[in-house]
Amino acid sequence: MSIDLNSGLIALAPELVIVLGAVSLLMIGVFATGSGVRIVNGLAVAILIFAGALVILMPTDGTAFNDAFVSDSFTRFMKILTLIGSAVTLVMSVGFAKAERFDKFEFPVLIMLATLGMMFMISANSMLSLYMGLELQSLALYVVAAINRDSVRATEAGLKYFVLGALSSGMLLYGISLVYGYTGTVEFEGIAAAVTNGEERQLGLLFGLVFVLAGLAFKISAVPFHMWTPDVYEGAPTPVTAFFAAAPKMAAMALLVRVVMDAFEPLTSDWQQIVAFIAIASMVLGSFAAIGQSNIKRLMAYSSIGHMGFALVGLAAGTQAGVRGVAIYMLIYLAMTLGAFAFILAMRRKGGNFENISDLAGLSSTNPLMATALTVLMFSLAGIPPLAGFWAKWYVFLAAIEADLYALAIIGVIASVVGAFYYLRIIKIMWFDEPLGRLEPVQGELGTVLGVSTVFTLLYVIVAGPVEAYAEVAARAFFAG
Amino acid sequence: MFHLIVFLPLIGFLIAGLFGRSIGAKASEYLTTGLLYVSAVLSWIAFFDFGLGHEEAMVVPVMTWMNVGSLAVDWSFRIDTLTVVMLVVVNTVSALVHTYSIGYMHHDPHRPRFFAYLSLFTFAMLMLVTSNNLVQMFFGWEGVGLASYLLIGFWYKKPSANAAAMKAFIVNRVGDFGFALGIFGIFLLFGSVNFDTIFANARQFDPAGDIDFFGYAVPAATAITATCLLLFMGAMGKSAQVPLHTWLPDAMEGPTPVSALIHAATMVTAGVVMVARLSPIFELSTTALVVVTVVGAITAFFAATVGLVQNDIKRVIAYSTCSQLGYMFVALGVGAYGAAIFHLFTHAFFKALLFLGAGSVIHAVSDEQDMRYMGGLRKHIPATYWMMIIGTIALTGVGIPFTMIGTAGFFSKDIVIETAFASHSVVSTFAFVMLVIAACFTSFYSWRLIFMTFHGTPRATADVMHHVHESPWVMLAPLFVLAAGALFAGVLFKEFFYGHEYAEFWKEALFVAGGNELLEEFHHVPAWVALSPFIAMIVGLLVAYWFYIRSPGMPKALAQSQSGLYKFLLNKWYFDELYDFLFVRPAMWLGRFLWKRGDGTVIDGMGPDGISARVVDITNRVVRLQSGYLYHYAFAMLIGVAALVTWMMLGSAL
Amino acid sequence: MEQGALLTGLPAAFFYLFAFVAVAAALMVVSSRNPVHSVLYLILTFFNASALFLLTGAEFLAMILLIVYVGAVAVLFLFVVMMLDIDFAELRTGMLQYAPIGALVGLVLLAELVIVLGGSSFGPETVGAIAQPIPDLAIRENTAALGDVLYTEYVFFFQLAGLVLLVAMIGAIVLTLHHRRDVKRQDISRQVARTPETSIEVVEVESGKGI
Repeated sequence: MSIDLNSGLIALAPELVIVLGAVSLLMIGVFATGSGVRIVNGLAVAILIFAGALVILMPTDGTAFNDAFVSDSFTRFMKILTLIGSAVTLVMSVGFAKAERFDKFEFPVLIMLATLGMMFMISANSMLSLYMGLELQSLALYVVAAINRDSVRATEAGLKYFVLGALSSGMLLYGISLVYGYTGTVEFEGIAAAVTNGEERQLGLLFGLVFVLAGLAFKISAVPFHMWTPDVYEGAPTPVTAFFAAAPKMAAMALLVRVVMDAFEPLTSDWQQIVAFIAIASMVLGSFAAIGQSNIKRLMAYSSIGHMGFALVGLAAGTQAGVRGVAIYMLIYLAMTLGAFAFILAMRRKGGNFENISDLAGLSSTNPLMATALTVLMFSLAGIPPLAGFWAKWYVFLAAIEADLYALAIIGVIASVVGAFYYLRIIKIMWFDEPLGRLEPVQGELGTVLGVSTVFTLLYVIVAGPVEAYAEVAARAFFAG
Repeated sequence: MFHLIVFLPLIGFLIAGLFGRSIGAKASEYLTTGLLYVSAVLSWIAFFDFGLGHEEAMVVPVMTWMNVGSLAVDWSFRIDTLTVVMLVVVNTVSALVHTYSIGYMHHDPHRPRFFAYLSLFTFAMLMLVTSNNLVQMFFGWEGVGLASYLLIGFWYKKPSANAAAMKAFIVNRVGDFGFALGIFGIFLLFGSVNFDTIFANARQFDPAGDIDFFGYAVPAATAITATCLLLFMGAMGKSAQVPLHTWLPDAMEGPTPVSALIHAATMVTAGVVMVARLSPIFELSTTALVVVTVVGAITAFFAATVGLVQNDIKRVIAYSTCSQLGYMFVALGVGAYGAAIFHLFTHAFFKALLFLGAGSVIHAVSDEQDMRYMGGLRKHIPATYWMMIIGTIALTGVGIPFTMIGTAGFFSKDIVIETAFASHSVVSTFAFVMLVIAACFTSFYSWRLIFMTFHGTPRATADVMHHVHESPWVMLAPLFVLAAGALFAGVLFKEFFYGHEYAEFWKEALFVAGGNELLEEFHHVPAWVALSPFIAMIVGLLVAYWFYIRSPGMPKALAQSQSGLYKFLLNKWYFDELYDFLFVRPAMWLGRFLWKRGDGTVIDGMGPDGISARVVDITNRVVRLQSGYLYHYAFAMLIGVAALVTWMMLGSAL
Repeated sequence: MEQGALLTGLPAAFFYLFAFVAVAAALMVVSSRNPVHSVLYLILTFFNASALFLLTGAEFLAMILLIVYVGAVAVLFLFVVMMLDIDFAELRTGMLQYAPIGALVGLVLLAELVIVLGGSSFGPETVGAIAQPIPDLAIRENTAALGDVLYTEYVFFFQLAGLVLLVAMIGAIVLTLHHRRDVKRQDISRQVARTPETSIEVVEVESGKGI
């Protein structure tokens, strides 16, 4: 159902808040002197939280702006996740900014604009808004990847990301043009209707589907469109990496779900194969390649590749349970990832941050609390019951099995066994190797993020009921009619 | 009351074990010992209530343990005469040993741990004897095994102690395996592990029927025999019967109080208790009973022969224990369960006395255990000497035949020998002969021990002799109590255990098949039979006196002239060498083979390690793809799209 | 031009001409050795694209393309390329090594696309489903027609595009603006605000010593 302009603006309220906030903060940042960065950062967090509150408190259901923008329970669920990801990243960047002279007020502003792009992606209801949201997000991300412009690695990372991102955007656009050509519309409902009404399945449309999915898979760094991930994760400043691992994944996954469940719903049997292929490739490659890593940020890159693969398993099911599984997976992935990056940001000894896994040796005897927290997170990432990560996998595998995708579920389980290796290796290094010396005291905000995410991971079972219920409501958005 | 009896040692163990360091050694000692005394006093009260009084047997429930399908196991105490007899034995000896240990372990820095283990052992032993079902008994069975392992290896820095502890544990595993299988067999045959149900079903058991075993029809008589033999295998392991006896002499590596408590008075009798407890089942299989008799007789004889030539004071007593356990099994085998328990009861007193006395000797001569370096200690430690003498006359069964004058061993051992003769078992003559010869040997090695240790000229170094001192009161007092038991336990309780008060005393606790009139018949054996153990004892005493007092050169000359026999006995019939050849070396070889070939080549090559190696290979290949070159990345994306497009095209063409 | 009709006659001839030249020029952009040539080929591509727009009757877009891309972007490119000393041949050494297999994959992809897209048609009913046909010049001018939808129906996208440009601007500034501390800058407001008290110090100098 479409709503008029005024109601549309109300539906858009969270996004408008962020737009206005970003522009104002830009001004504040330019003119404030001294502690401008801190003020901008704090305000940015406040605005993101406010936007999140609006998302929750002013729920509107329906489409606006000629069906370009959709708002329903699923978009709300994913927007909240995205906003949490962005806000927490900004919170975590405070200490890093101080320590590493990473003091650009543009960083929070760009994060906000990227978040804005993500929210538009989540709410996209036509190929055009999809593309615009995606580009808004991507452009901001390219810049933040290279924001540490004096570092060769950061600029290289930004450049790689930009070039490959442009390539993926080209593919996406090409796919959209094919889809438009065969259906005559860019709106998701229109595409679905045209596909349903068409007499035979057009192969050209499938090509369009492939290209669109390729473009989107790039954004969630799914294999084989993942190649940028390790380099960018390693090269970018750590808060940026944390951001990359958290928020954009939420938005891109939401967008992917939206596209296949809405626009290409009639072609389920076709995209199921593509998604299953991407899922398998991601799970397997994520698990295998991570083993060879010595840099913890690179490791997290492969970890996120693998996790996206697991989440896609749920999507491949193409059922309500599958979408619910994806939603829960993204939630738990977000919690674990933020916790892990809070830890990585806290990996400081005298002389600065370190990123080598071997430098964590013997952490259990020097910093037992942190070692315990990371151990819990790693066990959870490895999917060991009863931690959150296990349940995340459980939901998606269950959905896959219910959809008779046994091979997918089996490969997933095998991949998670292989993947457990490198998570356990970190634990082994922390608990059983010779200690290397204490870390510097952890900043309060990092400690808080780490603690909250650890507790959440540990005690997920307690909140599993409500989480499942919300995810169920979110997933129902696609199956109402 | 029974809860207190059983759980006080557990409380002692928990406190001394967990908080031993914080409350200190003194507190741990007094606490565990004090709790044990409470248990012991309560046990005696129970003994008078249930054994001598008219309390009926009963079951004291504790809690539900497990309930799986048709297997229902409750944790409860079965209180009958057998139980209270064992409670008395276990708690009394344990309390005395606790007391004794306060003195004996005085110099050891790990006393809280020692007392915690002792209490743990006591608790496990009480679980065993009070058990109302086989699973609970198995629990206690394994518990005492564990405690035994811990205590033998108490001085864990001594390699020989560690080896002995492992040996005890492993040899017992063999027996326990049989016991576990036996329990399965019981469950298969009678559909329950609870004694009440088993015994009720055993009464209606039809040996002529068939048992369905994995689809095969097995004759019921065969099945019951097999089950009994498996159970007996467990008893053999725990009670050190040939051929599973090898661990017991080695177990002497543990502290002497441990030897007294575990390896003489209580744990090693667990097998006897088990067979007595399961008498309704063993009575169903004549074959099994014959096996029990033969094994017991052989062990009694074998251990006695080995004991003749041992030089380690504790090992002599250990082989003596082995031998006496053989007596008990003979009594069990011929169906004289009361006699077996009677001998167990008296044996606990005098054997504990001997061990503690030996401990006192060892204590006196600065931890020397070899009798060849003792001698002439009589004047230095007179109290210990006289206690050892009492222990020895009790063990050898000194008494005046046909009267009521005699030591504890005199009554119980004679009853065993007489019932062996009187029984109608096919092996009764064999058993009788073996036991009489063993009695002769027993007398010889016991007196040999006395003579070598206390008489003659001192063979220890002057330095050691200078330090010889009588043990403190805390060590002597238990000796006196045990000595009283060793002297009078026989005459006091004879009629109850195996005499006119038999039925009144045991009530339903023991079961003998109909037609077994041993209880009456053994009174009517010929006079020479009743005299034979006495004569054997006198002969042994005289020979020992001749060898070690009159002409001390004799043993050496005899050993040289009969060097083959001497070596054979000294090396314990080469049992350890045989096992080493038969089991240990092949097992080591197999282990090494599996390790090098199986694990190293097969598993590491193709199993988990192989897989992980392959994973690493794949990883390296995948990581090499991540070259850092932009066009590689772009190319990968292109290939991905091309592959998907091709797939779609071919997929829809098909 | 009538809706739904396939291109025939002269328009068809021109379409194929422009399209071919555009593709060929694009190919030359990536394959020519001299970077300046590349940019020139790029300009040629833009021209042909603009001509294709004209063929469809979208003269405003055609002109915008020329003005913005050819007039501004491409010229900027040209300057940058001329200023930077880039050795394309060196950059391409690695690429040539993989050129055969890359070409193979590309060809396969191309073949598949040609087969599938050539074998199917977009269909008249699909073409007819286009939401906003370009009105006849006589009815409404092209530019006005664009404005009609751009500020009403597509205002959402228009605003989004504005945000994208904002991000681009911020990004450009963040990544390039240097506040060099070793270079003296003129701050006029500070110069004007100076007073004698803040800038002059009177020092008593003892004779024969200096400051």
